[in-house]
Amino acid sequence: MSDTAPSLKSRKVAFRGGGFAPRMHRWVGVMVFAALILIAEWGTRAGWISALTLPKPSDVLATFIGLYESGQLFKHLGPSLSRLIVGAAIGTSLGISVGVLIGLFSYIRSGLVPLVAAIFPIPKIALLPLFVIWFGIGEGSKYALIAFGTFTPTVVATYGAVDNVDRSLIRMGQSFGLSWWSIVRKIVLPGAMPGILSGLRISLAIAIILLVAAEMLGAEYGIGAYILEAGSLYDLERLFVGVAILSILGVAVSALIGAVERRVLDWRT
Amino acid sequence: MEIRLDGIGHSYDAVEVLRDISLDIPQGQIVCIVGPSGCGKSTLLRFIGGLERPARGEVLQLGEPPRGCLNPLTYIFQDFALLPWRSVAGNISLVLEDHGIRGAAAQEIVDGVLARTKLTEFARALPKQLSGGMKQRVAIARALAVNPAVMLMDEPLSALDSQTRELLMDDLVDLWSRQPFTAVYVTHNLAEAVRLGHRVVVLSRRPGQIREIVEIDMPLSERDFGNADLDAKQKHLWTLMRDEARAADAELIHV
Repeated sequence: MSDTAPSLKSRKVAFRGGGFAPRMHRWVGVMVFAALILIAEWGTRAGWISALTLPKPSDVLATFIGLYESGQLFKHLGPSLSRLIVGAAIGTSLGISVGVLIGLFSYIRSGLVPLVAAIFPIPKIALLPLFVIWFGIGEGSKYALIAFGTFTPTVVATYGAVDNVDRSLIRMGQSFGLSWWSIVRKIVLPGAMPGILSGLRISLAIAIILLVAAEMLGAEYGIGAYILEAGSLYDLERLFVGVAILSILGVAVSALIGAVERRVLDWRT
Repeated sequence: MEIRLDGIGHSYDAVEVLRDISLDIPQGQIVCIVGPSGCGKSTLLRFIGGLERPARGEVLQLGEPPRGCLNPLTYIFQDFALLPWRSVAGNISLVLEDHGIRGAAAQEIVDGVLARTKLTEFARALPKQLSGGMKQRVAIARALAVNPAVMLMDEPLSALDSQTRELLMDDLVDLWSRQPFTAVYVTHNLAEAVRLGHRVVVLSRRPGQIREIVEIDMPLSERDFGNADLDAKQKHLWTLMRDEARAADAELIHV
């Protein structure tokens, strides 16, 4: 091969193995937000976006600062966060328990999987009047709505995650004579944790969506109440402040789960 | 403690995988089971340890396991079966926790088996940080920790490259020479079988039946690389298996 005839033309082999491996660049996400806000600011100032179409981002910011300085921000945020935390805690903990039971027992699986499939697509907002009758107009119905809304996606994610636990690890546990409870606690639950956490991302986003619905009835304070009030008055600045707070809440929850994943799932390759 | 297989047979649906296997596994010996792929050798091993139930025949345990034995029938799996979220030491203490062995007592056992498998400095490492050979040594250490009466090894070296395999075979020979253990060793690799087996059981293709039991008298410590007698044994095993393996390879899979 070394005595290649000089007449043969040599050409570099073209690279064709790139792509299909997306990676996260943190600053790009920030740039997209900044660019959109700058375009909106420019448009509303220049006048090619009318004040009725979109409020001026700088006005929204001023409204937000006003809300913060008047102390109203925490008056709204406090009740909302407690509703979110209590409701989501009830819904996800019940969801994880039921999901694990579905993942482990044939009869529970046969009985509950169709039931979960039946209640998953019900818009939980439609049941709000029912919850008010059952749990009263106070906090109870709000907790119930958020809990119910987070319950079903958590169940589905959890039993899927339990199904995906490496059977050879369970077999190993049995072969060493581990008790049933030990196998569940030390093999099934940690093995299902990646799936449960990615399910939590969806459940908690749904919880934030339902927060607004929960505060539609009989809530004086709360981000949802604030948004609904602004909406009924067509006060776009305040509406956008409320929406932005929900978005920030969403990003914060997602970051929180990301941090938990990095801590709890550092064993993953 | 010895193990006796008495007329084991099994079928999955309509497919008969094992037929009339009767075999004694004497104490202090390594019995290798070889056979073409799909002959049911791994299934047979699962019967021996009680992870699956045979349709016909029974597996008997003769005599009592020695004192201090936590788990008489202990597996070593081909895929290591280590918990990825536990460290090396954590994977070993896992199998002690259910026996109420914790704290200093557990630490003593863990340190002991890590030293025997030359893993002491890796006690805190996670499985993802270890090579395949190291992972299997952890699994061997975990098996030693429960002080088994019989080790059930399911192609323990098949997932490793050939150099690592040689190193681990040496380690197993060392372990056995220092303290003979009873083992059933399933493999498709004839070199492993003649290196580690006191007896080599050759199974036919499906339905698996015992074709021949080859005794190898040479002490394990003398079985070095390129030994003429061992080569002859290995050649004999291969002649027994070649036609079976070829026929098994040409079969359609009905699963």
